[in-house]
Amino acid sequence: MNNFVVLPLLIPLLAGLFMIIFRKNTILQRWLSVISFVLTTLVALYLLRQVFNQGIQIVNLGGWQAPFGIVFVVDMLSALLLVTTGIVSTLCVLYAFNSIGKEREGFYFYPLLQFLIVGVNGSFLTGDIFNLFVCFEVMLLSSYVLLSLGGTKLQLKETIKYVLINTLSSTLFVVAIAYLYAVVGTLNMAHLSVRVAEAGQTGFLTVVAIFFLIVFSLKAALFLYFWLPGAYSAPPPVIAAIFGALLTKVGIYALFRMFTLIFYHQPEITHILLGILAALTMVLGGLGAIAQKDIRYILSYNVIIGVGFIISGLAIFTPKAVIGAVYYLIHDMAMKALLFLLGGAIMTIVGSGKLKEMGGLIRNHPLLGWMFLIATLSLAGIPPLSGFVGKVLIIEEGLAKGGTNASFYWLAALGLFSSFLVLYSLLKIFINGFWGETLLSEDMEKGSTKGLLLPCALLVAIGIFLGVGAEWIYPYIEQAATSMLNPNIYIEAVLGEVI
Amino acid sequence: METLMSIIVGILFAIGMYLILSKSLLRIILGTSVIAHGSHLLIITMGGLKTGGPALLGKHFTTFVDPIPQALILTSIVINFAITAFLLVLAYRSYQVVGTENMERLRGNDNE
Repeated sequence: MNNFVVLPLLIPLLAGLFMIIFRKNTILQRWLSVISFVLTTLVALYLLRQVFNQGIQIVNLGGWQAPFGIVFVVDMLSALLLVTTGIVSTLCVLYAFNSIGKEREGFYFYPLLQFLIVGVNGSFLTGDIFNLFVCFEVMLLSSYVLLSLGGTKLQLKETIKYVLINTLSSTLFVVAIAYLYAVVGTLNMAHLSVRVAEAGQTGFLTVVAIFFLIVFSLKAALFLYFWLPGAYSAPPPVIAAIFGALLTKVGIYALFRMFTLIFYHQPEITHILLGILAALTMVLGGLGAIAQKDIRYILSYNVIIGVGFIISGLAIFTPKAVIGAVYYLIHDMAMKALLFLLGGAIMTIVGSGKLKEMGGLIRNHPLLGWMFLIATLSLAGIPPLSGFVGKVLIIEEGLAKGGTNASFYWLAALGLFSSFLVLYSLLKIFINGFWGETLLSEDMEKGSTKGLLLPCALLVAIGIFLGVGAEWIYPYIEQAATSMLNPNIYIEAVLGEVI
Repeated sequence: METLMSIIVGILFAIGMYLILSKSLLRIILGTSVIAHGSHLLIITMGGLKTGGPALLGKHFTTFVDPIPQALILTSIVINFAITAFLLVLAYRSYQVVGTENMERLRGNDNE
């Protein structure tokens, strides 16, 4: 029992509820948002240390023992993701101060952001599959409102589609849980893992697993990504940054959990399927990214490529590949937030996202330009920046596993190929936006980047730290991968006193 | 009894799917609602249908019903209620702003 485990969910929840009372008091809401996110990050860091030294931490809610009550579990994977979420949300809220605008601030932007983080953190923490559904819904409902907040024509159009597709996938989630409950009669994830292992992952359970795969693929934009580019390009940049950095990643986290903890007995079916979906996602996302001519769409398609690459690490399913996938997941959360924030700064200056309306920004905004270049190189996987380590590990393992099954050669090759597409699509923004003739003189600019570059600079620093300090972070990620690949560690921590 | 319920669930899903595939936004929202009800019925069917037993464990009861599916349904209904309410408001607002509730005219964006 460790009561700290519940705090990453409780702090933003209380802060959000408190803020609702003071709708008009924007200053208070700003301060409270920052305090809440910084506190959450600190608690997450404390939990990270604890997990590293003492193993998995759990709390039985209401004092009910594990398979009967709901448990919150922090293992290394959750702890790392909680820390990253905390940092990214803090920096995004700093960026929001100068970019989100009075109207949205007055209509519950900050409380909604808190509730979104409640859902995200809850999904990372919970050890109960129905509770995972509930946390997903908390997160999604906040995201629906954030997406439509402001009520422009484009936002409303895209929100309708986004809500409909997510409602449908949530219904499928409930159906999948019903099937799973009918077969194994439990909802606790550790208990599920035990029961599935005892029963053997028979044909029916594999079908249920694929049901979950469809549900989480819709949430994570793995192959079923058709809703993403429209939805992520409609809201203001800071909301898009939060979505791109956190929402799809929660789906990826759920896929990691399901296919390492519960349904890991038939990798020749489920993980091969994951591999095929990952490969298709990378290719189609990449083609989408190079075809677009608007910053917002290019960045949205880059989110999709990242999802495909992370899942290909899970599909290869060797210790090193999983380490690579977790590493790349953390890198991707920080860098996608950075990319959307920088894109937002560019759009603030130019007043639109269209590439042909910009040019020569580097003359008046050198810092912005260089940070964008660093983000680009980092996502393309150039050493010593943060994308390199994850890419190297995943592709190396893909090639190594290609010896037993030639289709993994394809996966590794497509992974490399997707890096080129990422590089090309982002350099297109860089060349069009920053090189060439300066189209806008300083007094013609539509908005100022005052206060927008500080959070971006901090994210760049994190990106460089993740790359240069890889040696220092590696033990943590290795522990995460070890506990993911040995479900017994997780099961013992949760059900140790019962079994 | 379970067979009958399964068939009903199937019919509800079919109706919901048909409504979702139509072009009117209001029908689509009703469709998601019908499908959600189908999934609620599915949960209770999957928990096993027994007549005459309460959802409690007690010494003087010989039969009892599994309480977990009922707890799940309750949660799921509440969530579905909230989302349907939100969707209806959203649909009304977008009807005011965009001026149509026909999905054909809601497609695309300024970019194309």
